[in-house]
Amino acid sequence: MSMLHIENLQVYYGAINAIKGISFEVEQGEIIALIGANGAGKTTILHTISGLVPAKSGSITFNGTELTKTPAHKIVSMGMAHVPEGRRIFQELTVYENLMLGAFTRKDKAEIENTLEEVFKRFPRLEERRTQIAGTLSGGEQQMLAMGRALMSHPSIILMDEPSMGLSPLYVSEIFDIIQSVNESGTTVLLVEQNAKKALSVANRAYVLETGKIVLSGDAHELMNNDSVKKAYLGE
Amino acid sequence: MMSFISYLVNGISLGSIYALIALGYTMVYGIAKMLNFAHGDIIMVGGFTVFTAMSTEWCPVWLSVVIGIIVCTVLGVVVEKVAYKPLRNASPLAVLITAIGVSYLLQNVALIIFGSASQSFTSVVKNVAPVTIGGVTISMETIISIVVSVIIMICLTFFINKTKAGKAMLAVSEDKGAAQLMGINVNSTISLTFAIGSALAGVASVLLCSSYPQISPYTGSMPGIKAFVAAVFGGIGSIPGAMIGGILLGVIENLSKAYISSQLSDAIVFLVLIVVLIVKPTGIMGKKINEKV
Repeated sequence: MSMLHIENLQVYYGAINAIKGISFEVEQGEIIALIGANGAGKTTILHTISGLVPAKSGSITFNGTELTKTPAHKIVSMGMAHVPEGRRIFQELTVYENLMLGAFTRKDKAEIENTLEEVFKRFPRLEERRTQIAGTLSGGEQQMLAMGRALMSHPSIILMDEPSMGLSPLYVSEIFDIIQSVNESGTTVLLVEQNAKKALSVANRAYVLETGKIVLSGDAHELMNNDSVKKAYLGE
Repeated sequence: MMSFISYLVNGISLGSIYALIALGYTMVYGIAKMLNFAHGDIIMVGGFTVFTAMSTEWCPVWLSVVIGIIVCTVLGVVVEKVAYKPLRNASPLAVLITAIGVSYLLQNVALIIFGSASQSFTSVVKNVAPVTIGGVTISMETIISIVVSVIIMICLTFFINKTKAGKAMLAVSEDKGAAQLMGINVNSTISLTFAIGSALAGVASVLLCSSYPQISPYTGSMPGIKAFVAAVFGGIGSIPGAMIGGILLGVIENLSKAYISSQLSDAIVFLVLIVVLIVKPTGIMGKKINEKV
């Protein structure tokens, strides 16, 4: 039984059918990449999994629980964190307050403190800036904060939406290193990226999306050598 | 000089009542992004509740006040659930019109029950003598209004900045979606905001009706509008802004009543608002509106 199982998912925005019957699965410990062009439906899929957008039909099962009937705010405590597109940190709060909001559903203060230490170890810059107002951080630091905030819930799976968007090449490499190390420490990753090359280089498996449908799937390295993927997404 | 100090103190007292009401406006706006124009009428309902409770033989003053605050809190939450929640994704204009509708509904229900004539409200501190400090006599109502408002503002500031529920409110006001991803229940946070705002309106109703001892179905509308002005004046959405805006407004109103004209004082209050909005469109403590890139 896979950790996250999506079966025949359909999502509508009004009359527009954004996701047209998608099925895929994520096994524990994997990095799965969803790649595709703008408007292919990548973000919509993540939003539907974490409950921000309702599904029209189909099912999303996470560790045996049906998520399409679970309210968004109950999903975090089941072990799923979401780093949203555009980071969406709380701009007016401090770095520390943002991180603590990440641990909103957790009760044990000592455990939260442990996770905070781990997050600071992974992102030393956040510790340096813990009292700074989050909106004044640079783009790369804001991305780190969004990741740190997600890790504060101690998730078993983390959904990441365009973590490299708008970042300088130096930060992009750093962010992908972090994704790999988060995964190595036992967290499953579902990664949505426009930077297909980087995404395929860290992923185990990948799904290629075109206008709401999965058109291709398989081992990430094989997809990297696939002619149509090369042509459409890797610019070769 | 003595009379100036007395006008000023009375202005601060009136202003702190405006501030309490303005806090309800500004918190609800900050979180639900709506202007709850029925907020003033919650005050009226609170006033009538305390009035009715006090006119019974058995109900002591303190219990009447508690009942008034509870009724306001419950009413605020129920109004949100019944009238505003179904419109969560509707256009802001629909919500605004609904709020005005709720306001008329409350006023007209009060008209049916209590009639249109003003009735005299017995101050909750009517047997306490005024205090004279250095030749300035200050009524107990004035002192109570200031003291109660200051205590409430301190507690509210602490609650919002130091507690988990308060942090959740800040998170929801900034980004509902991201707040949900943190595991925050947006609906219950909005309910909590309406509950707090309406409870403050309940407190304000007792202070207001004690200071200006009359009550009618229209009691809430003018203070409601003034408090809305105070909230905009201070920067709508900002909690310190509502406090400062409310107190400034009360002082301006009272001083213009004393030194310019008691008939023109309301006009002057609104004139000040217009000037502030021309000079600083987001209000005194208002946030800059950031263009989205």
